[in-house]
Amino acid sequence: MFKYLKQLTSLVAMVAVLFTFTTESMAAKKSKTLKNTQKKGFVRCGVSQGLPGFSNADAAGNWTGVDVDVCRAVAAAVLGDANKVKFTPLSAKERFTALTSGEIDILSRNTTWTLSRDADIGLTFVGVNFYDGQGFMVRKSSGITSVNQFKNGISACTNIGTTTELNMRDFFNSRGISYEPVAFEKADEVVAAYDSGRCDTYTTDKSGLAAQRTKMSNPDEHMVLPETISKEPLGPVVRQGDSVWEDIVRWSLNAMIEAEEYGITSANADSMKTSDNPAIKRLVGAEGELGAAFGLDNEWSLRIIKQVGNYGESYKRNIADTGILPDRGPNQLWTKGGILYVPPAR
Amino acid sequence: MNFKLKDLGPQLITVIAVVLIFGFFTYNAQINMENRGIDFGYGFLSQESSFDVQFSLIEYDGSHSYFRAYLVGLLNTILVSVIGIIIATIIGVIVGVARLSPNFLINKFAAYYVEFFRNIPLLLQIFFWYFAALRALPLPQDAEAIFGVFFLTIKGLYVPAFIWENFNIFFYSIVTSIIAIIVIRFQAKKLRETQGKQIPVFLISIGLILILPLLSFLIGGVSLSFEIPQLKQLAATSFVYDGGLSLPPELIALTLSLSLYTATFIAECVRAGIQGVSKGQKEAAASIGLTPNQVLKLVIMPQALRIIIPPTTNQYLNLTKNSSLAAAIAYPDLVLVFAGTALMQTGKAIEIVSITMFTYLSLSISISILMNWYNKKIAIQEK
Repeated sequence: MFKYLKQLTSLVAMVAVLFTFTTESMAAKKSKTLKNTQKKGFVRCGVSQGLPGFSNADAAGNWTGVDVDVCRAVAAAVLGDANKVKFTPLSAKERFTALTSGEIDILSRNTTWTLSRDADIGLTFVGVNFYDGQGFMVRKSSGITSVNQFKNGISACTNIGTTTELNMRDFFNSRGISYEPVAFEKADEVVAAYDSGRCDTYTTDKSGLAAQRTKMSNPDEHMVLPETISKEPLGPVVRQGDSVWEDIVRWSLNAMIEAEEYGITSANADSMKTSDNPAIKRLVGAEGELGAAFGLDNEWSLRIIKQVGNYGESYKRNIADTGILPDRGPNQLWTKGGILYVPPAR
Repeated sequence: MNFKLKDLGPQLITVIAVVLIFGFFTYNAQINMENRGIDFGYGFLSQESSFDVQFSLIEYDGSHSYFRAYLVGLLNTILVSVIGIIIATIIGVIVGVARLSPNFLINKFAAYYVEFFRNIPLLLQIFFWYFAALRALPLPQDAEAIFGVFFLTIKGLYVPAFIWENFNIFFYSIVTSIIAIIVIRFQAKKLRETQGKQIPVFLISIGLILILPLLSFLIGGVSLSFEIPQLKQLAATSFVYDGGLSLPPELIALTLSLSLYTATFIAECVRAGIQGVSKGQKEAAASIGLTPNQVLKLVIMPQALRIIIPPTTNQYLNLTKNSSLAAAIAYPDLVLVFAGTALMQTGKAIEIVSITMFTYLSLSISISILMNWYNKKIAIQEK
């Protein structure tokens, strides 16, 4: 009898140890995520499974894109090296679970900021790195030039698990058009299905349409309709409950945008240290103690600008020069007629 | 007392360990969810889903609840499983018997079919049928009519819809003839056992099932017309068929790949079952004057079925579970609609995944119970 009692006690003790371990790490320091990231030596970043211009891996496995650059900026600020990022490609369906379960620390995957996502499911959106809207792509040969020409019975290919599905319903319903939604889990299959003629139209964010068009067997046969049927502010997301980490990601993005505003580029960042403008000096770490607020050194933003570049450089490199969306549209600085306007870094 | 404790001890410890481990996970999940401000609850099921589904057996659109969306997905899963099981069984039995055929060509063809289809991963087969095979189909405007009324196109298979008048009379006539057939079979069996008389039950059954419904048309006022799909232009090069019924290509591809894949395993079960009945049985049956048909029906099959049913049950379960691969090709099954879109829109991961797991468990257990009941029925009645 005592034999089993002994086994039982050791089991209970083991479970008790497990409990204390978890509760202890749960209480944790102010930013558990920052501590873990510095300990691991890389930033864990969730990206798309391949969306040119936003997050796309080349044949050698190097990730590029404006979403990728947000994670690289955080790595530069926190770890001093923009390349210390581990990218995890996620489907639309998996992305939030991956973040809330702690598999990744930043979700930078062309994700629309909505009330229910922000408030409901344990996430916090830190900003917007691309202002987008949902649109439709059709074959040029169909002769359709406007969404007003859509008729009953149209079939529309799209992704599951996105705001696209909801917007699509609102759009067709408000116009009283009956439609057939064909929703796939992966973007590549949506493109393949639309390309082969399964659907009359392909709908997702306009930037996505422009990017996926480059993957079609003959991109020139397709066009994106001019109408935009929704607001899709895309931005990086972090887990709720770690406000320091949230601030680091938010200000890494803001620093890139503000650097463009003040004309600081990866090439001239070092020479800007002697600038007369105190706002510029603060951004390149020559004045003030901005990094201390997150527990970082003072050159965090300088490293972002030097290693990743400012927002304009990132946009040009990933989206404009690749021919996806040469025109910056609303994603232009507020000083140049766009809506990019970030709070001051001071 | 000591003896009892020795017996109970390990079991007690196992139970406590299981409870503690589950308790630990639940506790951990609770704390994690609390930390991140996630609520737990099933209240979302009654909320408006606000997304549409491509193909549904019940009336559904985005203004219905998430629970309704769950039912849509569940019914679509059941639909593809039931059709898949029926087709897989038919192909499986034919191929299984064909593998035992003395005809070299039939025999080898069946063997190659089995080896080919069961050795390629199912997901690849699904992609093949969807993207390679079905994609080779014509656009609606280029489709040739099959028998003038069926249209197989890249957007799906369009078939005429039946439009009934007085359908209930037709339905009752079918039910009546089925009941009559059951009674006649019962009586025929009795006659054979008591007086040794043989009645052509099969012919009578066919006659009944034809004559009664025919009468319902002639004098019962039942009438039937067809609504044939019509080509409709959406835009210069976009067409679709209007009217009639349409089967989405996703359903066709999924059913096809699931049946062809599972049929190979069923064929092997059937072959093993028939080979498992000893040769002496057949010879003995023939020696007492049974016809070859009777030998198969009364002696071989009842014994073979006992061997065939249990492993075939497994294949039915596999097919049902494999139907969840539907998500890859946009067939709106339970996983795509509920554990996909609904999960994303609500963010209720734990709730939705638990419901989905429980649903598949229930489906599998239902199939098991049904097949076990059938297995028991055909098992040797020990006296």
